[in-house]
Amino acid sequence: MMLAVLQYALYILLLIAAAIPLGAYIGKVMNGEKCLLTKLCTPCEKAVYKLMRVKSDEQMTAKKYTVSVVVFLAVGFVVLFLLQLLQGVLPLNPQGLSGVKWDLAFNTAVSFVTNTNWQTYSGESTLSYLTQALGLTVQNFVSAATGIAVLFALIRGFLKVKSTGLGSFWVDITRIMLYILLPLNIIISLCLVGGGVVQSVKPYEKVDLLEPVTILSESGTEIITQQIVPLGAAASQIAIKQTGTNGGGFFGANSAHPLENPNAVTNLIEMLSILLIPASLCFTFGRNVKNKKQGYAIFAAMLICLIASLSVIAVNEHLATPQLAQAGSVDISAVNQAGGNMEGKEARFGIASSATWAAFTTAASSGSVNSMHDSYTPFGGMMTMLLIQLGEVVFGGVGNGLYGMLAFAILTVFIAGLMVGRTPEFLGKKIEPFEMKWAVLVCLATPAAILIGSGIAAAVPEVAQSLKNGGAHGFSEMLYAFSSAGGNNGSAFAGFNANTVFLNISLGISMLFARFLPIVGTLAIAGSLAGKKKIATTAGTLSTTNGLFVFLLIFVVLLIGALSFFPALALGPIAEFFGSIS
Amino acid sequence: MNSIKQTLPRAVLLLLLCTVVCGVLYTGVVTAAAQIFFKDTANGSIIEVNGKKYGSELLAQEYTDEAHMWGRIMNLDTATFKDENGTPLLYAAPSNLSPASEEYKALIAERTEKTRNANPDMKDAPIPVDLVTVSGSGLDPHISPAAASYQVARLAKANDMTEKEINDIISKCTTKKLLGVFGEETVNVLKVNLMLDGIL
Repeated sequence: MMLAVLQYALYILLLIAAAIPLGAYIGKVMNGEKCLLTKLCTPCEKAVYKLMRVKSDEQMTAKKYTVSVVVFLAVGFVVLFLLQLLQGVLPLNPQGLSGVKWDLAFNTAVSFVTNTNWQTYSGESTLSYLTQALGLTVQNFVSAATGIAVLFALIRGFLKVKSTGLGSFWVDITRIMLYILLPLNIIISLCLVGGGVVQSVKPYEKVDLLEPVTILSESGTEIITQQIVPLGAAASQIAIKQTGTNGGGFFGANSAHPLENPNAVTNLIEMLSILLIPASLCFTFGRNVKNKKQGYAIFAAMLICLIASLSVIAVNEHLATPQLAQAGSVDISAVNQAGGNMEGKEARFGIASSATWAAFTTAASSGSVNSMHDSYTPFGGMMTMLLIQLGEVVFGGVGNGLYGMLAFAILTVFIAGLMVGRTPEFLGKKIEPFEMKWAVLVCLATPAAILIGSGIAAAVPEVAQSLKNGGAHGFSEMLYAFSSAGGNNGSAFAGFNANTVFLNISLGISMLFARFLPIVGTLAIAGSLAGKKKIATTAGTLSTTNGLFVFLLIFVVLLIGALSFFPALALGPIAEFFGSIS
Repeated sequence: MNSIKQTLPRAVLLLLLCTVVCGVLYTGVVTAAAQIFFKDTANGSIIEVNGKKYGSELLAQEYTDEAHMWGRIMNLDTATFKDENGTPLLYAAPSNLSPASEEYKALIAERTEKTRNANPDMKDAPIPVDLVTVSGSGLDPHISPAAASYQVARLAKANDMTEKEINDIISKCTTKKLLGVFGEETVNVLKVNLMLDGIL
């Protein structure tokens, strides 16, 4: 048990140790300061600007920046949609997979351009190598880069005084790709390949079974003597899927699949990669707004929420359920084994590495999994859902987690300002009705997408057929699906069969809404802040870097997130828990 | 409208660049490196002895023979993949069942009974949880040392070997925790069975 606790503690410490230097590095890159890769990347960067006819010092208005983001994503959507429809006649398809059906292709394209990576298909049986590499891998990169770019536009909004420019979207994407995402992912994917992850463009392997398996089929019994070993350019896609908080598995079982995540080494790398950039960005933020303490305060609020929810998940999974323990007939102790609730968990990860991953992936809007959340205990599963429902601000996705949290910070200073009767200000900028309106919309985008979406779905009779489990757990499966889409997370209570026309389309719309409204809102706030003058800090200024502010911030996040969802959670996991102990 | 007209060509160009760099170059470089330096694992860690492919070290198979070590419970998938002749190929999937339902309780009771009957020497000893649960991928190639020990007496009898010989094989196929802390200690079931059969 002590060893398990040590494992949890080390995961968190390693994350912080890696995030601090990376945060400083990203800060330098985005300010255009000299950094490690300057010599190597500058010529490439210049070539890109020349090719695109972009000026490296271009300053876009909030509107222009928004239009650029939207158009860029729209182009990405069209390409990915067409790639899937046409993969049957395109090359690099050794399995001869046919084109994807339109509704699934729509859902998948939306899912990957919005950095959600919700998947209602299994990669190994649906997508060709070409679609995976030219479609998904590319969108994994650019959707992550877009999130970071929008965050930097917001940071510039805080920094600039009486100006309209937020920087250039093209320059931001270019720099993020060249200096941050590409080098980081080359390193990580090489580590993964070295650790034993599959990376191949050969056709799938067939191997002989040691014991042939007899199955019943329409024509009587059939003896199966061979097993399939799916392959593909997995490691390169897994690296960016983890670092970009994308989360879409190369294989259907995601990082629980032994070929996608074969051992403790690859698991450590993949798991830390989930929160690496989101955590780093807190430090980058503090550094670049020239208020390091502000970065620490935001980081602290996120870390406290993460640790609290991880504890709940871990304790519940170690304790398992009475239905599994069978009054002592099944050994769930942690002696010579992981013990606990091993349903849906891999032996090589046990409870500690699975629970930590579950907390990381739902805190960040990653959605990659190394264990099946559908098979978590009622409260363990509820915490993963709640982390998504909080609006993906406990670290959250790359870029969007932090700009979401900053919207909550704006909300917090406003509420605190009301209580003490002062004009709210944040980082020297006055917070006025315009910013408030958008901040509220940003904060409410996720709850609205989730609750409206699952409310409509609950009323549609055909959705009931998609449930794998009955009763309260069945409701949880559906609520989780809409939470995942509305939170741009992408993980699933995977028993839920979401590959129907209604669900593909409705979940797709939820994803679009929850991704775009916050982007538009954040850029609107950024534009407005940039145009304001800077107010000097006085003794009367409410501190936004102390413990009290951290507490208030967490309180506001919980108030909006948890209270919005309490009624729904009561019908799902909470009802299931009380049912299971009675 | 005007700004969209300005933006569109740049967006298309940038996506094209990203596709070439991330989709072709990045994927290509990593694939090349993998195929040169890590040929075996990059192609699925296939165990090949005398030209016969005995399975992937990383993918579980189903064992029901008394003389073989049993692994995690498998939720077989024989519908997804077929060979050229239309014969199904084995694959597997997670259960996605809630561990808190009455149906689940009945299912585990059934598995407990089956496992207990197959291992009469263990009498009423509690059964390690790995042996009655389905894994996250459905293809988990490992079990815990506790789950391996539970089967030693049966394996020794069925294979006409001593318990020590069985334990030696198990320890040969055991992977320790990374740095003594990360992950869990595991036994690779396919490797144990290949050694029991004298193939490895």
